[in-house]
Order: sequence, then C-alpha cells, then structure tokens
Amino acid sequence: MSRRVSIAYLVGLGLLLLAPMFIYPILVMKVLCFALFACAFNLLLGYTGLLSFGHAVFLGSAAYVTGHALKVWELPTLLGLLAGTGAATLLGWVIGSLAIRRQGIYFAMVTLALAQMVFFFFLQAPFTGGEDGLQGVPRGTLFGLDLADDIKLYYLVLAIFAGAFWLIQRTIHSPFGQILKAIRENEPRAISLGYDVAQYKLLAFVLSAGLAGLAGATKTLVFKFATLTDAHWHTSGEVVLMTLLGGMGTVFGPVVGATVIVTLQNELADKVGSLVTVIMGAIFVICVLAFRRGIVGESIALYQRMIGQKR
Amino acid sequence: MSLMADDCILETTGLVKEFRGFVAVNGVNLKVKRGHIHALIGPNGAGKTTCFNLLTKFLEPTRGTIRFNGEDITHESPERIARRGIVRSFQISAVFPHLTVLENVRIALQRKLGTSFHFWKSERSLDALNDRAMELLASVGLDEHAAMITVEMPYGRKRALEIATTLALDPELMLLDEPTQGMGHEDVARVMALIKKVSANRTILMVEHNMKVVAGISDTLTVLARGSVLAEGPYAEVAANPLVIEAYMGSEAGELASPAGH
Repeated sequence: MSRRVSIAYLVGLGLLLLAPMFIYPILVMKVLCFALFACAFNLLLGYTGLLSFGHAVFLGSAAYVTGHALKVWELPTLLGLLAGTGAATLLGWVIGSLAIRRQGIYFAMVTLALAQMVFFFFLQAPFTGGEDGLQGVPRGTLFGLDLADDIKLYYLVLAIFAGAFWLIQRTIHSPFGQILKAIRENEPRAISLGYDVAQYKLLAFVLSAGLAGLAGATKTLVFKFATLTDAHWHTSGEVVLMTLLGGMGTVFGPVVGATVIVTLQNELADKVGSLVTVIMGAIFVICVLAFRRGIVGESIALYQRMIGQKR
Repeated sequence: MSLMADDCILETTGLVKEFRGFVAVNGVNLKVKRGHIHALIGPNGAGKTTCFNLLTKFLEPTRGTIRFNGEDITHESPERIARRGIVRSFQISAVFPHLTVLENVRIALQRKLGTSFHFWKSERSLDALNDRAMELLASVGLDEHAAMITVEMPYGRKRALEIATTLALDPELMLLDEPTQGMGHEDVARVMALIKKVSANRTILMVEHNMKVVAGISDTLTVLARGSVLAEGPYAEVAANPLVIEAYMGSEAGELASPAGH
C-alpha cells in the first residue's frame, strides 16, 4: 500500500472519529451502514465482475434475524449481531450456489428472483411483523457499554465499519483477490489455467453476502427496528446506484456513493417528498451517461491525466 | 508397434460434435505423438476451433472418446483437464488486460502455492513467485515490460505473454489456437522461434493458418475439412495429397504447394 493511500485512510478515520461532534450521529451511522453494504456489493461487482440484483435480501435478512434475536430471544448484542451476519452468510451460500451456475444477465435475474422469494417470505412470516416491521429492538450493552447512548453506539458502528472495510481491502489484495480479478478480466483463461472458477465466485459471493448482512445487523441496532424496505428490491437497486455513482472497482467509490445518496435522501425527503425517486433516477442517468467511472473513478483518471501532462 | 502406440499423448476416437443438427466435428480420429509439434489446418469452418474446445472440454462432445496418456478424459471438467497438463491458448489473445504483465504470469504460477482461497493473506505472499515469473518473461523477451499494464502492450507482445503464462504451468501438452494470427512478419518469425524453443520436452498441438509456420516447425499435420480428417502425415506428404489440394482450391492451394512463398 502506498504512503498516500495510508494517509488517506488515517485522515478518513480521523474525520469519522470526530464526526459525531458536528453531525447528527444517527445520520453518520446510517451512512456507515450503507457504505459497508456498498463496499460488500463492490467486492462482487467491482472485483469479481458479478452483478447481483438481490443484495438487499442479505441486508434485510440479517436485519430481521438480529432484531428477532435481540427482541424475542433476548440475546446479548454481540450474539445478535453474529446471528444476523451468520444468517446472511448462510443465505448467501444458498443463493450463491444456485446463481453462479449462470452468467451475466441470467446471474442477475436468478439473484433477483431468489431475493423476491425471500422477500415474500418476510412479508408473510409472522416474526417480521409484515408491513409494520419489527419495532422496538433493544440495543443492549456491549462490554459494559450502554449502547442506548448514541455516541457509544457510534463508536461501535465505526469499529465494525473499519474492521469490515479492512477485511474487504485485505480480500481484494490477497492471493484470493488476484484470482477474482483474473476471473473478472478473462474467465475462460482462468479456467484454462486450472482454476475452478465456480468455487472462487461462490466464496466471493458468500463473503459479500456476509458483509452485507453485517451492515444490515448493525443497521437494526442503530434504528432499533427492521422493516421490509431493507429486503426490498428498491434497496438492491440503490446499492447498485451507490456503487456506480461512487466508482465501481475502486476502494473508496462505494463509500463516497453511499454518502452522497444517503445524505441526499435525508436532506431531500422533507423538502421534495416523493420527488426523491425522480432525482435519484436522474442522478443514475447522468452517472451512466456522463461519468461512467463514478466520482472516485473519474477523479483518479483526472489525477493521472494531470500527472501525465506534467511529465 | 506397441511402443509406437504408447507414444501417443493424445488420442481421440470417433469424436463428434453436433449443434442443433449441424455437425461441426464428424468422427475425428486424431493421434498426437509425444514430443511432436502437430498442426491442425483446414479451410474456414472445418471444425478446428471446435475440435480444440472439445479437447479442452470447453465444449461437451456429442459422441466419441478423448484419451490423454492412455486415460479416458472425455467427461472431465475444463479446469481438471488443465491440471492434468493440457493447457490451451485462445484465438483472441488470452491475457488479463488490466493486470500487470508480471501478475499475468504469476496467476498461472499461483495455483501451486495452494493459497488461492486465502482471502485473509496479503498478496505480498505472492512475491515469492516473482523470480520464477521473471524467468518465464525473460524466456519470451518480456522481462523489461514486467510492470506494464497488459492492455497497453502491442498485440505481438500479448501473444508472447500468453505463451509465457501457458508455460508457467509447465504443460505436457500445449494447445495453441492460431498463435501467429494477425501478426506482422517480424512477430511471426519471433513466435515461430519461440514455439520451436518451448517445444523441447513437450508436445504442441496448434491450429495455424500461416503455411510458412506450419511448414517451418510442424512434425505432423492433420487436415480437417467439413468436420472430418482429410489427410494426416508429414508436411511434404500431405501437401502432395490431391484431396488436400482440392479442399484448398484457389490461392491457399498455391501456398500449400510452395510454403516458402517465394
């Protein structure tokens, strides 16, 4: 890792440590949850070349399982988080095993179809509370810290985000990550070099689903509820938008994309109401037409052009 | 005679591939001798690439068997075939375009480390392979370009990189699909010399259109036409075969008769 990137990490972490002094902590936590969700998604789309169109199901199922574990089973917070993440990982293994048999648009359609099936299960199942959602989930305590306090919870969420972000980074820059890139770049060639690509895709899918689940589980803790929105295909679409807007296949892209989208939604919701959907659609169109590499991708390209001109 | 039969590294019997009623490969019996450079030629649509895809199991044969070193490999998966030591190249250059030249070769070397699923390990653990990767790059004259992003290299160098990557697996049998396609004269000569060089201690089966290359380096030649074997043997013998000359009506027939082209 270059020194410049390390400095960028430290500055980012420093800003996040100070953020709750200036910004409403719940908003920053929401941004962090969606940023983690988008980073997990980017591991699959940006570094493996797989477009899952049902990723919200992992966010949603983890949110429900964590909510149920904390509220009904009254498990400690840590176990609740683990239960949600574990459930999403398992679900990722099931959906992944079925979806990786197909490629391209068919892969996307299989993930969407399976995610819809799980969504309808959540809609009908008694423990989710249907349209009302699962309300009043207690945050509990962790290592003696009372998480009912937003600031204490904030630092837990930040720790979870930083840890997961590190794991994604490590995965991208690991021997496994090299093979993922090879598959993204030229799948037949990877096969001809003796790699069983289905196994690599499956592991990438399971990791991505598990991390998306961790985001969902954390989100339940922040908002004290889990609803159908988390598992809805709108959310699957939103994570695609966040990743593309920020820059697919870049490290910070999904974080930037999630920040922009969540902040916009938050700011605009009171002012323009349902027009938010139209604005999001417009942003998506502009992004695809004008800057396909996303905010971070275009910035890197611009920077490299400037360096190139100087030489 | 039995020794001669054992000397076959790859053998197909009655290999057939049908696509919805269209027979692309029709009962091909192919014998590739160990240590040979074996060329597969034929007019467009003769079934050469389909044959390659069948041998490496990128396509499933409709009928027939494929034997490698006497073992039936007809029903194995493509990655198993590769691990057995049959490694192919592709018609369109098979590189990983947005990785560096060094990384391209290293990906082929990496599988032997057995850490390819280790997502928690640093990629620096792969640096142990760099020396071997540089050796391989040097063998195709690319060592100076190791740090380059592959997509930025000219076509001829990409093909050379592809050969270096294939060599990294130390395959017993190399399958090259049109290794000199789309190359200028200089590159053709370089790749020809390279194929000759790497053919030591291994067997090469290649699809090739350039008759100069075929005449220059191949030991055996199989001519395919309409999915079947038309002729097989050393170049001189095959080139004199009236059936072959007929199949190559026109300019290519002339080329076939006078490989040197002058």
